[in-house]
Amino acid sequence: MERIATLARLELTPDETARFAQQLTAILAYADQVQQVDTSAVAAPPAPADSRMRDDAPVPSLDRNVILEQAPAADQTAGLFKVPRVIGS
Amino acid sequence: MSLPETACEIRAAVAAGTASAVEVCRDALSRIARTDARLHAFLHVDEAGALARAAELDRERPDAPLLGVPVALKDNICTAGVRTTAGSRVLERYVPPYSAAVVERLHRAGAVVIGKTNCDEFAMGSSTEHSAFGPTRNPWAEDRIPGGSSGGSAVAVAAGMVPLALGSETGGSIRQPAALCGVLGLKPTYGRVSRYGLIAFGSSLDQIGPFARSTRDLAALFGAIAGADPRDATSAQEPVPDYTARLDGDLSGLRVGVPRDLLSAGVEPDVRSAFDAGLSALEAAGAVVRDIVLPHAPLAIPVYYLVANAEASSNLARFDGVRYGTRADGASLHDVYYRSRARFGAEVKRRIMIGTFVLSAGYYDAYYVKAQKVRALIRQDYDAAFRDVDLVALPTTPTPAFKLGERTEDPLQMYLSDVFTAAANLAGLPAISVPCGLTPERLPVGLQLTARPFDEPSLFRSAHAVETRIPVPRAY
Repeated sequence: MERIATLARLELTPDETARFAQQLTAILAYADQVQQVDTSAVAAPPAPADSRMRDDAPVPSLDRNVILEQAPAADQTAGLFKVPRVIGS
Repeated sequence: MSLPETACEIRAAVAAGTASAVEVCRDALSRIARTDARLHAFLHVDEAGALARAAELDRERPDAPLLGVPVALKDNICTAGVRTTAGSRVLERYVPPYSAAVVERLHRAGAVVIGKTNCDEFAMGSSTEHSAFGPTRNPWAEDRIPGGSSGGSAVAVAAGMVPLALGSETGGSIRQPAALCGVLGLKPTYGRVSRYGLIAFGSSLDQIGPFARSTRDLAALFGAIAGADPRDATSAQEPVPDYTARLDGDLSGLRVGVPRDLLSAGVEPDVRSAFDAGLSALEAAGAVVRDIVLPHAPLAIPVYYLVANAEASSNLARFDGVRYGTRADGASLHDVYYRSRARFGAEVKRRIMIGTFVLSAGYYDAYYVKAQKVRALIRQDYDAAFRDVDLVALPTTPTPAFKLGERTEDPLQMYLSDVFTAAANLAGLPAISVPCGLTPERLPVGLQLTARPFDEPSLFRSAHAVETRIPVPRAY
């Protein structure tokens, strides 16, 4: 549970950890019936749909300041998202 | 004078000048004000925006297919300048800077977006109880769930607040609430409707689709939102036909397959009776009903929960408290990530955990790749069935609406309400739910029909034949 929560960057309460351990075990046990299926005739996971290629041509996008307005913390003048110190903290 | 209630009548009246879009809009707003305190279908009613748009339409009177028709949108569909939460605390203050492709199309079609409807958080759920903003109630029995995740949209239509609404599907989130609320709901062919501006859950499964109280209204709304969009690379280039054509009640020559084996497990007798009545209605309209098999269909739910949650864990990685959404304070960037994401609700966390697990090193082949292979077998079953029949019929859900709180602590039980719907998403096929009767307790039951890719016209023609033979009373 801890390893998966770390991969997912999720903070779980002790109560959630206990409850989820039980529930996820039940869900994955239920999903185990998928393992029993003979899939030898299926080569590889199929593409979900016919994806098409497009020209790699630039098109107008949203203004940078509009994007920064959505952020919990940003420096509009510098044009940057703000986060706590990452290095040397 | 009373105002028309169906989308097609409203459009005709506004176009002819016998009703104004503003009058129709005020009528919808007063219906919402009268009933929604009890039902909680809406998270946000955009009164000012809707009235302004209605007034604009009255001035310009464009020749448009949904002229003056009020439409409600599930709150995971982005609306520029109008708060869009996806039912999550993480997005409780999010105001998108752009609109979804379907919102642009509705605007061009002359519709009036009236507000945003409640849903399970990030569309993850089957009851609308996983909304961070409280549950929605079923208008047929207010102690029962409306289904989900698009429960708010289903209820807004079922309770007569609006004639039309949009929802989204990943594993049954339109058809299941449509069935449980006694309205029509369509999950389109994968790629038929642009996903641009839909807050992503399972990208290989997600589709936006319509709710309505009549097939004609459903088809009109679908025609307005369907079509190619360069901003969604998976949107299909197929031409969009007139979906309201040939709704004449004649199904001569149509072959409907019933996978009888699937009906033995867990279908309540009252649901079974209504389903049989639905089949009889199809036969009375000229369709031929025969038995078929879908050997891998019982695996749809486990495959769905592996594939959808894997995609969800990836899609929801973007909610990290940095670029949008709410941020929890922390001394380090690491703390900001963990604490901001702690604001997800329990169901979302469960699904992120499952998805992360099945994509993690050592489990990817055994779970994710294996599930994708079984998914291919599910699709092959349908391809084989469609060599002999044109449509596949099943009850939309095995039971009618259950009570609030009944399944929230048992995720597996909750998941099983999608047992008949998830296969269409996995196979990318179009499927409709049309009301086919009420149980003795007066709870609605839905008949589900699934068709070949892009054969939505057969779904509309069949649903129309059912609705004319099995009129279902209104919930309001």
